[in-house]
Amino acid sequence: MKDLNCPNINIEIAAQQRQQKSESGSWLRCFRRIQIFVIRELGGVILNRGPKLCNFVDWRGFKVVYKRYASLYFCMCIDQDDNELEVLEIIHHYVEILDRYFGSVSEVCELDLIFNFHKAYYILDELLLAGELQESSKKTVARLIAAQDSLVETAKEQASSISNIIAQATK
Amino acid sequence: MNPFSSGTRLRDMIRAIRSCKTAAEERAVVRKECAAIRAAISENDQDYRHRNLAKLMFIHMLGYPTHFGQMECLKLIASSGFPEKRIGYLGLMLLLDERQEVLMLVTNSLKQDLNHSNQYIIGLALCALGNICSAEMARDLAPEVERLLQFRDPNIRKKAALCSIRIIKKVPDLAENFINPAASLLREKHHGVLITGIQLCTDLCKVSSEALEYFREKCTEGLVKTLKDMANSPYAPEYDIAGITDPFLHIRLLKLLRILGQGDADASDCMNDILAQVATKIESNKNAGNAILYECVGTIMSIEDNGGLRVLAINILGRFLSNRDNNIRYVALNMLMKAITVDAQAVQRHRATILECVKDSDASIRKKALDLVYLLVNESNVKPLTKELIEYLEASDQEFKGVLTAKICSLVEKFSPEKIWYIDQMLKVLSEAGNFVKDEVWHALIVVISNASDLHGYSVRALYRAFQTSAEQETLVRVAVWCIGEYGDMLVNNVGMLDIEEPITVSASLSIESSVAGSLLGSLSASLKIFVTESDAVDALEVSIKRHNSDLTTKAMALIALLKLSSRFPSCSERIKDIILQNKRSFVLELQQRSIEFNCILQKHQNIRSALVERMPVLDEATFSGRRAGSLPTSVSTSTGTARNLPNGIAKPAAAPVADLLDLSSDDAPAPSSSGGDFLQDLLGVDLSPASAPPGTSQPPKAGTDVLLDLLSIGTSPPAQSSSSASNILSSIQDDKASLANLNGLASLTSLSPNATSASPAPMMDLLDGFGPSPQRKEENGPAYPSLVAYESSTLRMTFNISKQPGNPQTTLIQAIFTNLSPNVYNDFLFQAAVPKFLQLHLDPASSNTLPASGNGSITQSMKVTNSQHGKKSLVMRIRIAYKINNKDVLEEGQVSNFPRDL
Repeated sequence: MKDLNCPNINIEIAAQQRQQKSESGSWLRCFRRIQIFVIRELGGVILNRGPKLCNFVDWRGFKVVYKRYASLYFCMCIDQDDNELEVLEIIHHYVEILDRYFGSVSEVCELDLIFNFHKAYYILDELLLAGELQESSKKTVARLIAAQDSLVETAKEQASSISNIIAQATK
Repeated sequence: MNPFSSGTRLRDMIRAIRSCKTAAEERAVVRKECAAIRAAISENDQDYRHRNLAKLMFIHMLGYPTHFGQMECLKLIASSGFPEKRIGYLGLMLLLDERQEVLMLVTNSLKQDLNHSNQYIIGLALCALGNICSAEMARDLAPEVERLLQFRDPNIRKKAALCSIRIIKKVPDLAENFINPAASLLREKHHGVLITGIQLCTDLCKVSSEALEYFREKCTEGLVKTLKDMANSPYAPEYDIAGITDPFLHIRLLKLLRILGQGDADASDCMNDILAQVATKIESNKNAGNAILYECVGTIMSIEDNGGLRVLAINILGRFLSNRDNNIRYVALNMLMKAITVDAQAVQRHRATILECVKDSDASIRKKALDLVYLLVNESNVKPLTKELIEYLEASDQEFKGVLTAKICSLVEKFSPEKIWYIDQMLKVLSEAGNFVKDEVWHALIVVISNASDLHGYSVRALYRAFQTSAEQETLVRVAVWCIGEYGDMLVNNVGMLDIEEPITVSASLSIESSVAGSLLGSLSASLKIFVTESDAVDALEVSIKRHNSDLTTKAMALIALLKLSSRFPSCSERIKDIILQNKRSFVLELQQRSIEFNCILQKHQNIRSALVERMPVLDEATFSGRRAGSLPTSVSTSTGTARNLPNGIAKPAAAPVADLLDLSSDDAPAPSSSGGDFLQDLLGVDLSPASAPPGTSQPPKAGTDVLLDLLSIGTSPPAQSSSSASNILSSIQDDKASLANLNGLASLTSLSPNATSASPAPMMDLLDGFGPSPQRKEENGPAYPSLVAYESSTLRMTFNISKQPGNPQTTLIQAIFTNLSPNVYNDFLFQAAVPKFLQLHLDPASSNTLPASGNGSITQSMKVTNSQHGKKSLVMRIRIAYKINNKDVLEEGQVSNFPRDL
C-alpha cells in the first residue's frame, strides 16, 4: 500500500492501451515517461479513497479502475466507454493467474512481484495484448507461461552444459 | 567483487535499491549500477546482456533515464535463443516508444520472428508488434499478421487478431484486408480466438463502414446464435466465473451486437430475443453478472427502438441505482447519462434517487450524479432541483463545493425563469460558497441586477442582509459592496419594496427598536426605515474595507462605493471622507492613489462630484461576455494586477460618469436633471454613434469610454486609456497644468451646469485656472461664413455664426446666438449639443442663463467643433435646449444639419 514503487501499478498502467483517441496512440508511451509522476498523483488519489467507495476514479479525462488486494493496488486506465465492471473482473482474473503462478496460498505477495516483475509482465502479455483481453481461460494462460518457462530452462541447461564442456576442455 | 558490477544479480540490485533509506542513496545505487551496465555495453559483454537489460527495466520503472540500453534490446532480439528474445522483446516494449527511430531497426527482426518455426517466438513478436507498432511497421508487417490469422495454433491466431487491431488503428486503409479473415474467426470454437476475433470485428466496424455493412449482413445471425449458445451453455469449469460461462465473451458479443444493431432495424430485430433473455436470465448478485447486465443495457439503449426492451433496461438501471454496492451505482449513473439522449422521460423518473447520489459519501459517485443532474435539469424542474442542490451545498465538503457551485451557477444562469429567482439563488450560492464562485459568475450577477431596474432595491436589501451573516464570502461582499454603492439610497429609503420581503433586522445597537418594531410588523415599509440607516450602510462598507482578510479587489470596490455614497448620503459625507482618508496611508498603491484622488473629489470638486458618482447605467447583457473576453486593453494598461480582474469592479465604478454619458433610455426616473452628470447624459444621449445605437437600448460601456475620451481629450495625442479615465483626468487637473485640453473639456462641462455656475463659481475658476477661453481669439478667425439659422421654433431661434481658425481647417468655431421669440422670460436657460463620434465638441460657457422676452436681448455661447474627417463628412449636431418659464420646465430638441458642406 505504501510502497508506490511497486511495479504493479506501472504494469497495469503500461499495459492498458485501449484508446481510440489520438491516432498516434502514444499517450501510454507518454505515461511511461512520466510514470513516476503518474504513480505519485494517481497513487495519491487512489490511496486517499476509503475502503467502501467505488473502484472507479476519473483522472485527467481518463477513467481509472483500481482494485485492492491486501497491500497491493492494481489499476487500469480505460476509455470512457469501456465496461468498468468487466475491467474489475479482468484485474481479478490477472490476480488469480498470478496467485496460481507464484504458488502462494492465498494472495500474491508484493515481494514476489517486485523481484519477479519481468515474470509479471510475461503473464500480463499472455492475458492482454494491445490493451485488449486475449484469453479468458486461466488454465490456458498458465499452460502457455509454463511452456515458455520450460523453454528458458532448457536453454539455460544447455548453456551451462556447454560451458561445462568448454570449461573441461580448456582445463 | 564490486557489489555493483554487472556481476550482481538482478535480485541483489533490487534488494540494494529497496534497502535505501533516502532518495539520494537510491540515486547513488542506481548511478553505480548504470555505470556498470554502460561499461558492460561498451565491452559488448554477451553473457550478462539479458541480466543487464532486466536491471535496466527495473531502473526505468523507478523513473531514471535508460536510453543507453535501447540498442541492447535490439541485440537481444536479434540473437537466436528464446530466453534472449523473450527479455529483449519485453525491454523493447518497456524502454522504447514508437517515436524513437531505433524502432525502425527492429522491423526486420520482427519480420523474421513472425516467420519463425517456433510458435512461442512468433507469439513474442506478435505481442511486441501489438504493443508498439507504428504506422510504418503496420504497413510493412500487415501481410505477415494477416497470414498468421490462419495459423494452425489458436494461441497465435488470437495474438494475431489483437495485433491486427493495432494495425488497423494505425492505418485504417488496411482494414479491408482484414475483413474476411476476421469474419472467419467468428466461427471458431476456441474462446480466446473467439474473444479476440469479435474484438477485431468491433474495431473494424469502427474504422470502416464497409466492414460494418459486411458484418451486419453476414454475421449478425451467427453472433446471435453464439450468444444464445453461450447463455444456455452447461457448466464449463475452465471458463466459469460466478456461475456464468465466460462473461468476457458475453460482454464482447454484446458490444459487437450493439454496433451492428445501431441504426439498423433488421439487425436490431434479429437480436431482440436474445437481449431480452440475457437481461432477464443473468443473475445480478455477482460482479460478473452485473458486468454483463450493464453491457446488455448499453446495447438495448443503442439499438433501434423496441419499447419493451427499453422498459426492461431502465428497470435494470433502477435496480442498479438502489444497489448497495457503490460500483453498481456508479455504472448505473454512467449508463443513465447515455440513456438520457434516448429516453429522457424514463431517466427523469429516477430523479429523486439520482439527487440522493449527489449527496453520496463517494466522490466519484457524487461527481457522476452531479453531471447527470446537470443534464436532467430543464425549465420545468429547475426550481426544485436547484433548491436541492443549494441545500446540499451547505453540507458538502470543501473539495466538492467548487464543482457543485460551478454547476449550480451555470444551471441558474441557463434556466432561470425570472430575474428575482436568479438573484435569490445566486445570493444563496454566494452566501454559502462565495469563495468558490468564479469571477465571471458574480460579474454576471451584477449585470443582471443592473438590468432589473425594479429589483434594485430588493437586491441591495437582500445583499445587505446576506452580508450581515456571511461576510466571510469574498464574492458576496463584492457584489454587496457594489450594490450598496450603486443603490445605497434604496437600501435606506426602502424603494421598490416587494411584498415578499421581510424587514431587515440588523445592528445590535438597534435591537431595542427592533423589538418595538416587531410588534408593528404589519407595516413593513415603516419598520424598515427604522432599521437601516445611512450610517449602517456606511458601516457595512467600512467593515469590508477594514476587514483584514478582504482582498484588494474588495477593498477597492468598497472605496468606490464609499465615494458614491458620499453624494447619496450627505449626512455621512464627513465620515466617508475620514474612511477614505485612512487609506491614504495604505501600502497598496492602488488604494492609496484612489484614496487621494477621491479625497480631492470630495474636497475640491463638489460641483462635479454628483456627476461623477451618478448611478451606473444599465450594463448591457449581450455585450458583457464579449467585452470580458476580448476588450480589456484598457485595464491591461493599468499597472496593478487588480484592475485586470475587475472589469466590473474598480474599473466600472470609476468610469461611472463615463458610462453615464451613454445612458440612452434606462434611468429616466431617478435623479432630477439638474446635475452635471445628467446633463452630460442628456447631452450625449441624443445620438452619439449613429451606427451602433438603436434608440431604446443601452450602449456598450466601452464605446462610452471612447466618447468620453473624445469629449475630454481634444488635442491631446495619446488619450488617457485607463478605464478610470475620469479620475485620472481629475488628478491631472490637480497636478498637471499642461493638459489644457482636458481642462477645457471639464471647464465646459462644469460651466454649463447651471447650478455649478451659479452656486460655486470659485472652485470653478480654480479649475479653469486661467485657461478659460478668451473671447479675443474669435476676432482672429479666418474666412467667415454667412450666419445660419440653425434652429427655429415658435418660441426660440438659434443662429450660428461660423468661422474658421486660419491654418486649422478641421476646426470650426461657432457662435450660437439665442433669441427669445415669446413674451416670457426664460430662466435657467441651458443649451446642450451632441455630435457624432468623428466630431469633437467644445462648449464654452454661455454669456448668461436668462433670456429676456420678446427678442430684447440674447444669449451667446461659443463652441468649437473639430472634424476628424474633414473633407469627407460635414458637420451635424443634435441640440437640446432647456429652460424654465415661470418655474415650469420646457425642453426643445432638434437636429442641425444645414451646416455648410466644407466645414
